[in-house]
Amino acid sequence: MADVGRARGAWVRAWRSPAARRFRRHPGSWVGGGIVLLLVLVAAFAPHLADRPPNQQNLRARLQPPSVEQPFGTDEFGRSVYSRVLHGARLSLLTGLVPVALALALGSAIGLVAGYFRGRLDAMLMRAMDVLLAFPSLLLALAVVGTLGPGIGNAVIAIAIVNVPQYARIVRSVVLGAREEEYVQAARALGAGDTRVMWFHVAPNALGPVVVQATLGIGFAILAIAGLSFLGLGVQPPVSDWGEMLARGRRFLPGATWLMVFPGLAVSLTVLGFNLLGDALRDALDPRA
Amino acid sequence: MLPVLFGVTLLVFLMTAFSPGDPVVAMLGESAQGISREALEELRTQLGLDRPLPAQYAAYVGGLLRGDLGVSIRSRRPVLAEIADRLPATIELAVAALAVAVALGVTLGVVAAVRKRTWVDGAAIAVALVGVSVPVFWSGFLLMIVFALELGWLPASGRGSVRHLILPAVTVGVSSAAFIARITRGAVLEALGQDYVRTAHAKGVAPRRVVVRHALRNALLPIVTVVGLQLGGLLGGAVLTETVFAWPGVGRMLVDAILARDLPLVQGSVLVISLIFILVNLAVDLSYAAINPKVRYG
Repeated sequence: MADVGRARGAWVRAWRSPAARRFRRHPGSWVGGGIVLLLVLVAAFAPHLADRPPNQQNLRARLQPPSVEQPFGTDEFGRSVYSRVLHGARLSLLTGLVPVALALALGSAIGLVAGYFRGRLDAMLMRAMDVLLAFPSLLLALAVVGTLGPGIGNAVIAIAIVNVPQYARIVRSVVLGAREEEYVQAARALGAGDTRVMWFHVAPNALGPVVVQATLGIGFAILAIAGLSFLGLGVQPPVSDWGEMLARGRRFLPGATWLMVFPGLAVSLTVLGFNLLGDALRDALDPRA
Repeated sequence: MLPVLFGVTLLVFLMTAFSPGDPVVAMLGESAQGISREALEELRTQLGLDRPLPAQYAAYVGGLLRGDLGVSIRSRRPVLAEIADRLPATIELAVAALAVAVALGVTLGVVAAVRKRTWVDGAAIAVALVGVSVPVFWSGFLLMIVFALELGWLPASGRGSVRHLILPAVTVGVSSAAFIARITRGAVLEALGQDYVRTAHAKGVAPRRVVVRHALRNALLPIVTVVGLQLGGLLGGAVLTETVFAWPGVGRMLVDAILARDLPLVQGSVLVISLIFILVNLAVDLSYAAINPKVRYG
């Protein structure tokens, strides 16, 4: 019972903190949060919101423009673009979150170890990160996909690798400062081991900047995976994906512009939502930025 | 610089090692089907692929220094010749896009900073946010539909004249302009709050001159840094834009090479584009001293 009370107290303190207040007052938090919430709801309830399954073909209704029956029109197989856009939200959300989670885990671990132990290990790990940063990000993703072969799994690995150095650098810079703090020295003096000090005393300091980077990173990941799918290197047909829909839609220009407009709008709105949310978080956590 | 170059060449070299399947079979393509196992082993020995990885890497770097990037599996032409054919088109697009990005980004950023917390600032921030969020391959198609297919003002695809360059350059440039605008706004805002700007105003210097000669000049370091970094975005964006506008550059060739599993051409293209990116950022670092006399090297 006391634990529940303490936890509730922590939430109340966090809610009333100056950073949380700045976040709530930021217009980007409402607009961005609203868009992201809408995306999550669409992804969760796509089968209920769609008029029919995304892969259901109707060859007698091929390439129909938007109408009351088909709000976003139909594609070359007579499939509902509306249903495919709604179902595409699921994969987009997943392909945004998974590479960021992988990069966050690996990059944070590298940054934590490098910043905490410093010395040769730090120099070696950071040079490796510099090498990854020496490639333009989409080019590095293309190199990884070029090595492992096209496909959604490899595209996710590629985007995760591209993002690792950013988390490593952010966490390392925070850890370098935090490891000298008195409470860390005190924890060491009380006999805490390196692993405990790293994870329980030093790492929490990096939470704020890492959360900001991750929110902005989801937008980048969605954009990059859509780009790879557009090039034919990411999601493969017949899976409903916005990038893949754009790649196929361009073959029917200039006639069927609706095949390009709706998936493109969906990608842009989603990325905008995460960018707005990331900006609001950054402004709230670091008012000087 | 040297450790990074070493790392980049090592990573590109390791692409062969990490690639699934037998590199010799991949190299031969369809013609590998009728070849015996002994012949494949002999070819592997001839190519040095049976040697330890460090020895293979040393041979690879030796080849690079002689300008030997291997032979394309598809065309059977030297990779360097393939890249040399396509590189001018990519550089042309990147330079034009950079010009669009700098002109638009710096103007938008300065206007937003000078009109801080007005509707102009809000509109500039909104434009920058949308610019960052819209995929280049989609905005490229929208521009193509409006200006080429509907209005017929500009060609929809291909390379040849300056008119062919406008749509691809604007497409890539606008997305990079958004980043440049955000950094410019922040840097100019900081400079506008400095004492020397107040002094300039107090002396009666014209407001426009204060912004351009005093604030913007002192805000140049972060702007030049982000412009250099944006070149990476431009080169990446060029891969997508070259596909949209059928622009015959290295980016389009790289995508085709990945789809055809032409690994030597993929390796060569990635290496050359990365080296250009590294050299441009080195030039940006060196330009700091020219922009700000307080920066000294050595």
